[in-house]
Amino acid sequence: MEPFRTHTGIVAPLDRANIDTDAIIPKQFLKKIDRKGFGKHLFHEWRYLDYEGTKENPDFILNKQEYRQATVLLTRDNFGCGSSREHAPWALSDFGFRVIIAPSFADIFFNNCSKNGILLVPLRSQEVDDLFKEVAQNKGTRITADLEKRTVETSNGKEYRFDINEFTRECLLNGLDQIDWTEKFKDKIEAFEKKIKKEKPWLA
Amino acid sequence: MPKTLYEKIWEDHLVRESQKDISLIYVDLHLVHEVTSPQAFEGLRQSNRKIRRPEKTFATMDHNVSTRTKDWSKVETTSRAQMEVLAKNCQEFGVTLYDFATQDQGIVHVIGPEKGLTQPGMVIVCGDSHTATHGAFGSLAFGIGTSEVEHVLATQTLQQDKAKTMLIEINGKLGKGVTPKDVILYIIGQIGTSGATGYVIEYAGSTIRALSMEGRMTICNMSIEAGARAGMIAPDETTFAYLKGREFSPNGTNWEKALAYWKTLLTDTGAKFDKVIKIKAEDIKPQVTWGTSPGQVVSIEDTVPDPEKIVDPVERGAARNALVYMDLKPETAMSEITIDKVFLGSCTNARIEDLRVASKIIKGKKVHAKVHAIVVPGSGQVKAQAEKEGLDKIFTEAGFEWRYAGCSMCLGMNDDRLNKGERCASSSNRNFEGRQGPGGRTHLMSPEMVVAAALEGKITDVRKYL
Repeated sequence: MEPFRTHTGIVAPLDRANIDTDAIIPKQFLKKIDRKGFGKHLFHEWRYLDYEGTKENPDFILNKQEYRQATVLLTRDNFGCGSSREHAPWALSDFGFRVIIAPSFADIFFNNCSKNGILLVPLRSQEVDDLFKEVAQNKGTRITADLEKRTVETSNGKEYRFDINEFTRECLLNGLDQIDWTEKFKDKIEAFEKKIKKEKPWLA
Repeated sequence: MPKTLYEKIWEDHLVRESQKDISLIYVDLHLVHEVTSPQAFEGLRQSNRKIRRPEKTFATMDHNVSTRTKDWSKVETTSRAQMEVLAKNCQEFGVTLYDFATQDQGIVHVIGPEKGLTQPGMVIVCGDSHTATHGAFGSLAFGIGTSEVEHVLATQTLQQDKAKTMLIEINGKLGKGVTPKDVILYIIGQIGTSGATGYVIEYAGSTIRALSMEGRMTICNMSIEAGARAGMIAPDETTFAYLKGREFSPNGTNWEKALAYWKTLLTDTGAKFDKVIKIKAEDIKPQVTWGTSPGQVVSIEDTVPDPEKIVDPVERGAARNALVYMDLKPETAMSEITIDKVFLGSCTNARIEDLRVASKIIKGKKVHAKVHAIVVPGSGQVKAQAEKEGLDKIFTEAGFEWRYAGCSMCLGMNDDRLNKGERCASSSNRNFEGRQGPGGRTHLMSPEMVVAAALEGKITDVRKYL
């Protein structure tokens, strides 16, 4: 995983609550067996007018000229709800998104993003409202997310602090392979398995 | 100190506890399907890792499978490719697979319980958000992403922070025609689709105690639609009776040992939950969703809400979008909404009990001329049992198509899907935009309500058929 320290990029506002992973990447694109190439299908049903994805919907935010290069997504509550498909972060990342700002994120989606180098920034609803206003007034504005400082900063210098679980932060900062990390505790896993064998023989 | 059921299972599975970084919990059962696993197996291959405990890993094919044929050559090419990759991976890594062509195949959350793989006190994971289904047995079960699937395959553990706990206590007797599906839809309507984010829910109370295992699974299944990490129900005599004698259930002295342990799996008197919600069974009526999120739900007696009367601006915006997508007008009676298709299936409601109750309602009647209705049993075993009981005949005589098992039109990854603009009465779990097919419109409801809608060609109150 690519380490994440700071990132500056254009913010695309997607003003909807409860955006589910079916909307992020619809089922017809889940048949691939690798992790690549999902970006062109990101938000497929909103982004294209036809099923094949040949005609862009000019009203959709990511099709507007000023947001085509967006790498920061600003959205509403409960982003990433629904299906556990990791294809959703694969699609967001392949499109170019590195940071998503919202009042809240769904649980499984949160875990999936942290394993794919995407920083999820939870801010208070009021702060998200403020950012929406600022982005509307200043189309194509950039935001800087700083994971070391746990802040996001707008181009006019306004700074917002966010909380992040320390382990997730370490993993992102160092681009840690989490299986490698767990394998450091092989002895403990073995000891646990011995204990089950004795205490819960029906599971062993 | 008194403990909740969740805390007991959590502590029993701690391989390593840490407040500083992250805890590791041991996984007793890992279920795998064709869509969320190929990249995980590929990851193992690339890093030259093996599956730590292949005997704790079971795979099936469900999301992609055709429900019209068991002939491999007739399955659409990309679906078949993904299924073939799973078969190859299972063979290479030594995982038991219930493949497409076998009778044991079925929706992963239906076959786990019916084979006795799902047991109380276990930690169960699967690369599928509806894994919470298994919590009905008093296990801690939740969905994970593909990177986590790879992590579990490699280490048999999962990195986890302890969740917050929520008790949802439901007491009283459910009214006529009110089902476990209505209970969970009502709960989601009350607490919202992110109402339980960060929590593990324990469902308790006399209403829950009176439910069969099938009913309990329906409730736990949709915990994710309230945002919960997992949902669970303490095991009791109903659970033990269900498990006795199943293929993978413990037997002999192991059964006695397991049973003694299982009986300790209940929340102690005085244990504290982070949040408690109390619900009266009498307040719940048959539920129907009107929007594009499971929380956009009302009772069958109600009308489609008027977005302009919703105070919260974000919710108001969501309701406006939903009504446009669903092509519905505010204040329309739910019982006036006509439908094109009917889907009786999914990991929420395609168990034998669901098919039994639904068949009673339609026996001797006919599906409305304008409606296309399909029944997709949750597993090959459910299908076989239903056929033994003659339920297939009742459905086909009424005009339903009787299919092979799979996820089918719940998510439309195979060829069962809604066409643009079609409206469906569905016993599944998600009414998201495009979920059952691009441009399709979904109304979630109980299996009983679904078949009643099939008869009338519109959403209707099932209670008049009882």
